[in-house]
Amino acid sequence: MAWFQKTKKGLAPKEKAEVPDGLWLKCENCNEIIFRKELQKNRFVCQKCRFHFRIGSRDYIELLLDEGSFREFNVDLISVDPLKFKDTKRYTDRLQAAVKKTGINEAIRTGIGTVDGRKIVFGVMDFEFFGGSVGSVVGEKIVRAVERAREQKYPLVLVSASGGMRMQEGMFSLMQMAKTACALSEYAKEKLPFISILTHPTTGGTTASFSMLGDVIIAEPGALIGFAGPRVIKQTIGQDLPPGFQRSEFLLQHGFLDMIVDRSRLKDTVSLMLKHLCD
Amino acid sequence: MAEMFALEFERPILDLEKKIKEMKLLSGNSKMELDDEIARLEKKVEKLRADVYSSLTRWQRVQLARHPERPYTLDYIRRILTDFLEMHGDRGYADDAAVVAGFATFQGRSVFVMGHQKGRGTKDNLYRNFGMPNPEGYRKTQRLMELAARFQRPILSFIDTPGAYPGLGAEERGQARAIANNLLLMANLPVPIVAVVIGEGGSGGALAIGLADRVLMLENSIYSVISPEGCASILYRNSAEAPRAAEAMRVTARDLEELGLIEEVIPEPLGGAHRNPLETAERIRETLDRHLQELCALPVAELIKRRHARYFQAGRWEKAKS
Ligand SMILES: [Zn+2]
Repeated sequence: MAWFQKTKKGLAPKEKAEVPDGLWLKCENCNEIIFRKELQKNRFVCQKCRFHFRIGSRDYIELLLDEGSFREFNVDLISVDPLKFKDTKRYTDRLQAAVKKTGINEAIRTGIGTVDGRKIVFGVMDFEFFGGSVGSVVGEKIVRAVERAREQKYPLVLVSASGGMRMQEGMFSLMQMAKTACALSEYAKEKLPFISILTHPTTGGTTASFSMLGDVIIAEPGALIGFAGPRVIKQTIGQDLPPGFQRSEFLLQHGFLDMIVDRSRLKDTVSLMLKHLCD
Repeated sequence: MAEMFALEFERPILDLEKKIKEMKLLSGNSKMELDDEIARLEKKVEKLRADVYSSLTRWQRVQLARHPERPYTLDYIRRILTDFLEMHGDRGYADDAAVVAGFATFQGRSVFVMGHQKGRGTKDNLYRNFGMPNPEGYRKTQRLMELAARFQRPILSFIDTPGAYPGLGAEERGQARAIANNLLLMANLPVPIVAVVIGEGGSGGALAIGLADRVLMLENSIYSVISPEGCASILYRNSAEAPRAAEAMRVTARDLEELGLIEEVIPEPLGGAHRNPLETAERIRETLDRHLQELCALPVAELIKRRHARYFQAGRWEKAKS
């Protein structure tokens, strides 16, 4: 019954996992060939080098929340095309393609779930949907999630995976940085924690707004985290970037993260942090 | 006198103006013969100006927004504020010359004023880092905004940056966090904040001092989520397509007014702010004063409520029909 419910409510059958199909996969860090089933069992972490394969929103829901506990809200908010934006393709066509590819409506899913029985408001971005870019809908869903957490007095946990603001919505996208900050500034008045989890990659305006505003900031190992993208920096300074630049370990060293947590310990860590802050 | 910098579409106008000036000098002696010719040229330049400036493309406005002769933050501070005391440093790492900040008198009241500062000429631009702040620049404004709030001084913000600086040190010192912190602070700052975009509103680096109760833009200023060049290099794989990207992203003041994202466009003198900085400054003064007076009349709780409402409505979406 529990399994059946989860399938119906949590996972639409057409949703695809992030990691490419195929029986065998190659670790992009150490080139180890890994049996898919084995990798899956290990939360898509290479057992040889601890490289964290990028995983999707569905995987994080399974990873962090108690089984079958996720109740998604605002699923029906969908993007419009306020600028009638067209580059080589129409924005509306790109959106449709993203929905078709991922089986989800936008680059973030938000809802209520439990972590070891504790109710939280949970948001998780999905890089597969439009590079996890933040447009009006992502901003609105985050604001509604923050408001829900504030009203119901639940902790807030947000998993970021994003290339930044969505160009195709122009200034509407940039405004989401301010908009989410406004919501979080209200939330911060309450005795409620906001745990921000940064995954590979989290860059641009996403990092420069809600992602970096967590009371607690946790990153997965090896994640690219920064404001400017490496390509832009390289172009600006005219030299190669040092190894490890803008990776989680670099950010921890420079004081911008509380901790780097291996995916296998992520749920336990979040759970313990919530206990320390909320019990 | 040094030749003035001219954009391509400015050149014919400037050439004519120069010619008229020369003829007027000459006509001092033999007035009669040249008068008709001067009148003819003046009519011609007037028509040319009207033609060019009534049909500017978005890309031409981008060029005007970046015009090297355009007045910068300190120019406006000098013209519309008095008693300016510039303050320096983030108290942690350095002073950032790409951002200026301090207290000053505006229309009889003490205010906190801050802005991006571009340089004029190569040397000055290197010193100002082309108006691209590092984290310490944002942290300087953060520190001083907190001070302004403590002493209940309204805040004026002048926006003019290509963007936050994308450099090694900027990332090392937490550019993202610095911007995010400013947004969080400004979201709840218990004093009125009015921002005016005077040139380039470059993405997060602009917004970091631009979360405000009222956002005003000079007519030929721009504000965008990514530079037209950056957008073009991603979407068209060619930064030379920037004009197309500027069109697609709708980056001009009038665009953003139409989209309901800013409160007011401040018209510039014909030819742009650099053709008449005094008049431009005067218009900014009047507009700022009007908005500031309205905001200062609001109780703090109402001010914050409206500020949040302003941003909560920023965005367009719909509900899927199921
Ligand atoms: Zn490996």
